[in-house]
Amino acid sequence: MDFVLHLPVIGLLLQFVGYLVVVSVQNGNLIITLATPIGLGALCGFMNERSGVVNIGIEGMMLTAAFIAWYVAALAGQVLPAGTPGPLGITLPLLVGLAAALAAGVLVSALHAWLSITVRADQIISGTIINIVALGITGYLGLLISQNSPSSAGNFSSLSLPAGVDGIPVLGWLLNTVIEHGPITLSMLVGVVVLQVLLYRSRWGLRTRAVGEHPRAAETVGIDVIALRYRNVLLGGLLAGLAGAWFTIEYGNSFQGGMTNGRGFIALAALIFGRWTPVGAVGAALLFGVADALGTAIRQGPPTGDLGTFLTAVPPQLFSALPYIVTIVVLAGVVGRSVAPAADGQPYERESKAT
Amino acid sequence: MEPPDPPTITPASTPALEMRGITKRYPGVLANDAIDLEVRPGEIHALLGENGAGKSTLMNILYGLAVPDDGQILLDGTPVEMRSPAEAIAYGISMVHQHFMLVPVLSVADNILLGDEPVAGLFFLDRRRAHARLRELAGGFGWDLDLDAPVGSLSVGWQQRVEILKALYRNASILVLDEPTAVLTPQETQEIFAVLRRLTGEGYSVIFISHKLYEVLEIADRITVIRRGRVVGQRVPAETDEDDLAELMVGREVQLTVDRGESHPGAPALVVESLRAADDRGHEVVHEVSFEVRAGEIFGIAGVAGNGQDELVEALAGLRAPTAGRVRLEGRDVTGHSARDLHQRNVAYVPADRHRFGLVLSYPLTDNLVLTDYYHAPFARGIVRDDGAITRHAATAIERFDVRTPSTTAIAATLSGGNQQKVVVARELDRELRLLILDQPTRGLDVGSIEFIHRQAIAKRDAGTAILLVSAELDEILELSDRIGVMYRGRLVAIVDGPSASREEIGLLMATGGREVTPTGSASPVA
Repeated sequence: MDFVLHLPVIGLLLQFVGYLVVVSVQNGNLIITLATPIGLGALCGFMNERSGVVNIGIEGMMLTAAFIAWYVAALAGQVLPAGTPGPLGITLPLLVGLAAALAAGVLVSALHAWLSITVRADQIISGTIINIVALGITGYLGLLISQNSPSSAGNFSSLSLPAGVDGIPVLGWLLNTVIEHGPITLSMLVGVVVLQVLLYRSRWGLRTRAVGEHPRAAETVGIDVIALRYRNVLLGGLLAGLAGAWFTIEYGNSFQGGMTNGRGFIALAALIFGRWTPVGAVGAALLFGVADALGTAIRQGPPTGDLGTFLTAVPPQLFSALPYIVTIVVLAGVVGRSVAPAADGQPYERESKAT
Repeated sequence: MEPPDPPTITPASTPALEMRGITKRYPGVLANDAIDLEVRPGEIHALLGENGAGKSTLMNILYGLAVPDDGQILLDGTPVEMRSPAEAIAYGISMVHQHFMLVPVLSVADNILLGDEPVAGLFFLDRRRAHARLRELAGGFGWDLDLDAPVGSLSVGWQQRVEILKALYRNASILVLDEPTAVLTPQETQEIFAVLRRLTGEGYSVIFISHKLYEVLEIADRITVIRRGRVVGQRVPAETDEDDLAELMVGREVQLTVDRGESHPGAPALVVESLRAADDRGHEVVHEVSFEVRAGEIFGIAGVAGNGQDELVEALAGLRAPTAGRVRLEGRDVTGHSARDLHQRNVAYVPADRHRFGLVLSYPLTDNLVLTDYYHAPFARGIVRDDGAITRHAATAIERFDVRTPSTTAIAATLSGGNQQKVVVARELDRELRLLILDQPTRGLDVGSIEFIHRQAIAKRDAGTAILLVSAELDEILELSDRIGVMYRGRLVAIVDGPSASREEIGLLMATGGREVTPTGSASPVA
């Protein structure tokens, strides 16, 4: 390690920044792909927290949906004819798996909604329970099933652009980065725009913001706070379901215990970093995607020269840990300045007991 | 949405609103006991009662926020049922709550629209149409409102106008205002009264909830008085006065203003010089404040809440480190000394928020009464509490300060607000004092408890204690203070003589800060 001391640190830093830009541009597609579960998870958190329900159970919701998507798709593959995959690699078993994942996300969210809204339990505890139970049950069932595992139903494939489009300067790159994705990633890209617009321009958005900030004020103008919270938490479950399905029927095609690997928690960090807005949250998710892609890029094709020597000297595990390190740095820097919805985490009691 | 229609005036024989035999029980309390209320079209009907008398419950029932156990509501003679605020709004009832029901981060327009949003297409808000209507409504009053400003950036007076616009936007015909003047300066109060008179002139009916007697006498056409959940009388302002109303409200004869007698100020006990303090976010909110309080006088600090009084008091009570300046207690520099050190130097502090700072709500009275002295004799021997001494102390204090409690070990949270405050007062005042800091000592208390606490303050003054009284209730300041300082945006903008001060003068200073006044004569800070 002696040579490290002789390196011009500034030059190295500049080289690294340059490398980061190159990696980000070259791997734009991969970054968006890797950001998908984080982005969808953050959108799930957005739906919850903007209406006043804290959800730290996103990880568990995603994991449950990941397991269900894989297992139900595989089961469906045994019964239903796969046929020729349609565009985006869509087959009937995969659609059944996806539907089951969405349902699983909604069901687990229903549990969270009931505990936090109706029972008025501590929402952190409710989320923690969901995480622990999901990790345990899916891990156990995953092991049990893998003994006589049904063969995987495969996974969705990316949209393929006509040949030659890649060659167009800039536009080709842009299309490749943004469009050449599987259906789940594409749905995130559409979802974030739709949610952002609805949040500020629709009746639903105005009411959601009011309920998350001052539920009693919302109730006094005739808004049903409880119903709105239920609705938003359940819709958030759809997004967590999508995020889970990404792991087992889009990015990969098999299930391993604990495979979400903290993405649900990183999603929460992205939500905070993105100041509880859809675009901000998904933008933050992309940052984590960069951290993710950087590790892969360094493993696969390290840069040349001093920087390469330096980066290959660093244990590769450090790069795998990058998203988590970025999470800590981002939260430490931003947490004081990002203001949560005022009623976030506070159960709402309809009738005031005051006389 | 069509332009605002003033409600049609129904014949005087049919009341706009009638509540008959409304009864509501909460566990252990009969909040409303067969209450009858009748409001005529175009009248301002005052609902008068102490805290906890059942006014809010009755209005929550009218507004669909609570369900009555018994009784009937009639609008223009037709029985109706209010199961939710949405239904109440649909029936033309609007409520301006004491704590405004506004979302601070949303714009003025969005706050007004919320719940009744004009929608273009499937779900997009039609802001343009809404803004046009709101400008028309606000313009009708000559109000120049920035519809896009976040409500949190408006003053309380303007927030209240937003609440009124909210009601009119919904085509309300009956307006309920719950203690609308509690947070206003006298000038703002007059302005809101003018708005209410204008509205009733146009046929709207107003229910005005208050416990301020002179206000009710000034604004109401008729007054219904409620005590302990029952209607105890109805009056017309011309045929009643404050004493009569107070007696109805409390159920016994009340001395509304304590006889404060002569004060005999001695040497300066507390001297504050160019004190500066910052709030929790680090912004300086107390700028160069200087004053003195003499032994045996009450120095009142008036001001609209949020003008730096909280930080000033905390800096003086040892709860907040001043950023600059000096505080002297009988000549000794005590700047930045801890609360315990000040306590040991015979300084007592009655905090504004008895729930958060004055009491440990989950503790019994015995422990709450020794919070400042539990660690030394006679309440502790070494590191062990002396429960016998603590219990004996509680029994004496409870008797001397007339705390109504089932036992000395009752949990503080179970007591009424007035009795809770008596516990704080008992703990802080039951010894010899050099300086007593009273921060909003009667906030939220009933007339009887206010009377008691004011008597205690006068007694301490007569015993030679210097008293600093901070209150957003101008009446309280005027009633007790020998000298009055007015705080405005973190500065003490004026110091005036107490007995000769007028409401209008102080009110104007509270609202505008007046001009910078150099304190002279007895009020001049000691250099």
